[in-house]
Amino acid sequence: MQINLRINHENIRAEIDPDMTLQKFLRSQKYFSVKCGCETSNCGACSILLDGKPVLSCSVLAARAEGHEIETLEGLQKEAEEIGGFIADEGADQCGFCNPGYIITAIALFKENPDPSDEEIKIWLSGNLCRCTGYEGQMRGFIKYREWRNGR
Amino acid sequence: MKELKSVNKGFRKKDAMQLLTGKPVYTDDLVKEPCLIVKLLRSPHANAIVREIDTTEALAVEGIEAIFTYKDIDQNQERYTIAGTSFPEYAPYDRLIIDRHVRYVGDVVAIVVGKSEKCITKAMKLIKVDYEVLPAVLDFHTALDNEILVHPEDNWSAPANFGADVKRNLVAANCSSHGDIDEVLSKCKYVIDRTYHTKANQQAYMEPFTTYCEIDSYGRLHVISSTQIVFHIRRIVAKALGIPGSYIRVTKPRVGGGFGAKQTVVSEVYPAFVCYKLKKPCKIVYSRKECFIASSPRHEMEMHVRIGADENGIIKGIDLHTLSNTGAYGEHGPTTVDLSGHKSIPLYGKQEAFRFTSEVVYTNKQASGAYRGFGATQGLFAVESAVNELASLMKVDPIELRLKNIVKEGELMPAYFNEPLTSCTLDKCLLRARDMIGWKEKGQRRVLDNGKVRTLGVALAMQGSGISGLDVGSATIKLNEGGFYSLLVGSADMGTGSDTTLSQVAAEVLDTDIEHIHVFSADTDISPYDSGSYASSTAYVTGKAVERCALKIRNMIIKTGARMLQADPSECEFDGHKVYCGERSVTLEEVAFTSVIGSNEAIEATVSNSSKTSPPPFMAGACELETDLQTGEVKVIEYVGVVDCGTPLNPNLTRIQTEGGIMQGIGMALTEDVTYTDKGNVVENSFMEYHIPTRLEVDKLWVEFEPSYENLGPFGAKSIGEVVINTPSPAIQEAVYQACGKRFYELPIKAEDIVASQKK
Ligand code: FES
Ligand code: FES
Repeated sequence: MQINLRINHENIRAEIDPDMTLQKFLRSQKYFSVKCGCETSNCGACSILLDGKPVLSCSVLAARAEGHEIETLEGLQKEAEEIGGFIADEGADQCGFCNPGYIITAIALFKENPDPSDEEIKIWLSGNLCRCTGYEGQMRGFIKYREWRNGR
Repeated sequence: MKELKSVNKGFRKKDAMQLLTGKPVYTDDLVKEPCLIVKLLRSPHANAIVREIDTTEALAVEGIEAIFTYKDIDQNQERYTIAGTSFPEYAPYDRLIIDRHVRYVGDVVAIVVGKSEKCITKAMKLIKVDYEVLPAVLDFHTALDNEILVHPEDNWSAPANFGADVKRNLVAANCSSHGDIDEVLSKCKYVIDRTYHTKANQQAYMEPFTTYCEIDSYGRLHVISSTQIVFHIRRIVAKALGIPGSYIRVTKPRVGGGFGAKQTVVSEVYPAFVCYKLKKPCKIVYSRKECFIASSPRHEMEMHVRIGADENGIIKGIDLHTLSNTGAYGEHGPTTVDLSGHKSIPLYGKQEAFRFTSEVVYTNKQASGAYRGFGATQGLFAVESAVNELASLMKVDPIELRLKNIVKEGELMPAYFNEPLTSCTLDKCLLRARDMIGWKEKGQRRVLDNGKVRTLGVALAMQGSGISGLDVGSATIKLNEGGFYSLLVGSADMGTGSDTTLSQVAAEVLDTDIEHIHVFSADTDISPYDSGSYASSTAYVTGKAVERCALKIRNMIIKTGARMLQADPSECEFDGHKVYCGERSVTLEEVAFTSVIGSNEAIEATVSNSSKTSPPPFMAGACELETDLQTGEVKVIEYVGVVDCGTPLNPNLTRIQTEGGIMQGIGMALTEDVTYTDKGNVVENSFMEYHIPTRLEVDKLWVEFEPSYENLGPFGAKSIGEVVINTPSPAIQEAVYQACGKRFYELPIKAEDIVASQKK
């Protein structure tokens, strides 16, 4: 079947299988920031924005994205660099495989709530698993990013 | 000592921004289209023989390119191991690419190759397999001398002598001792005698096993894989396929976590075989379920510990017996078990005797492999829990008991292959952890107004830094036209940041910024030899190779500069920018230029490094738990860790390593369970059931360092990667005991067990 949607502000028309997940579709279109860590909606590595809200692309059918606006980290490079720099300064990027997923979720969080509490950050990102860092370093990065934003 | 400019500084990782902005850097991002997909049909039985397999219908599915079964593999050929270790291998040769005899639920029955996942899934359902189902050995207690043999075949062999006896399901048996342990323990006033059980934890790296293979422009087989061991893959794939290693090139791009899992050639052989047969590019990407049921988790172990102390609280001896379950294949079986004793018993320096015996057995379960801590984690859970219980028995503080007994710098460690302890600040680590957790102020147990209980627990840990006399790390450094350096290594940065820390070592020696060091790892055609990133070897073994190589390059720069200045090298100095002879100087750019124009001498060097000893890093960990005795819910309020890893090469990265390791240890203690059905199926086969800690589980991690200086390491460094996973399970076991009055000898400690402990 054919779908029409917008990906990173570009109109895309593509031929898909009706049972294809959005995660598989986006990777097939070479949006490689969209990772796959589980396929069972448990890890958050496939997080993307659908109409500005974070969703797990492995749990959405591509067909359901018809007419919607999708954003992946490829389309949010400036924002990713801005937040990411604070994570990098903590050394909390580690293996990096979970990074695009939680960075895009954090971008959405700070867009919605520019001054989230520590607890709000934790809850927003709780669906994004990381096996390398123990989360503490990512949290230090987010707190410093928040301070920097507030002081700007 | 000269002030350090690069080492011990918290630089960003060299690849940080690429990773954080989601650039295509992992194996599956680099695949060239068109690319065939490889998937494995797996056995539903724990022990069975494939009587007949019919692929006719499956092959007719549109898009299917090939299906390989046991009929395509010579069943009588020499077997091989997929454990990534130096040659001659320790693990038994017990694998075939496809074996007619399948030995666990998940063992490979057929390799299916097609244009899309969809057609493969369809084809897999059409493959008809007739199994002769055999009874299976699932309980590792009953494996030894069981009449069911996991490996009855004649072409099983063991290249190294570890006391294996395949006709007894025995993969290895070992014994080492010092003094007369029975005699010593019989004289002890206090003796603890307990048995501990740890299960097959999953590493749960976020990037699943992924391998892409192609025939390159020279007609060679190019394997691109998410791995820790490029050089071992080359040897193992060559043996499995029966082709020369010279025909194979192995490259590792960014790796999305390994933790030891990718020290085994789990996924590489299948696409390599397909690519070699079909001469077409292909890839395999394991599903998360496959990562959980058919890869290389931690060895399940049972440890029987006897530990004794005299009336003055001096620990006189430890007697440890470990039974290890290697599963259906013997990867890393003979070696992991060793660490359960050799990296736990030496913590206590006043022992008059010790004994460490072990057996490793085959069962019809998923084969085990390497996981961060590599046996030490299991052994330390047992020994450190026993020490805590000993303190209770003696009615002394567990920290005081340890301070009296821990090993000290300068001592010889009989249970650590008689190596001398050349650097150690374990006493300082323990004292600092005590203060950080507020041990004295809080007391080990207190009841909150809401009825919940806050308790404290403590434990110690050690590990090694590479494998003594065996591991090799190498570095190649080149000075390039323009005056910047290339650093080539064969170790695998799997997220640890070793590419960056090794660059810091080179930059320090060469008096330059790390921006001028361009690092590359790892490719068997390009990198100098490295046994791989495992056994906590990279910082210490490869790090030293980098230091020595950079020194050599430094001298070569001075030599070329001296020639340009018509001076003697001994009169010249190099400050990173210029070579000086008195007032006269030439710039590094000029030296680099000279070395590439009409030159007979390259400024390029390769240095290999191996170490006769493996200086242990140490750690003290302490936790504060909040337990709800009504519901059994346990919350980690705070976990503090103080580490002696020698000089932290990059304090930011060593800190993150430590925090991550602690979190994995907490998971092992409280949430990560691996159980089997009576048919041999892994129950926890997704992240839905296998609970790794999320952001919400732990309130606070607090990590500090008490650096010793290890003279044999680069700028005083020892390892960091593994030691950090070891303290949580014994510390938490102790704190749970303080809360509920019951000691648990099996992990994970579950809420329902805590609730049950409260019922009279
Ligand atoms: S891949 Fe979608 S949540 Fe894990
Ligand atoms: S950085 Fe490796 S999983 Fe998060």
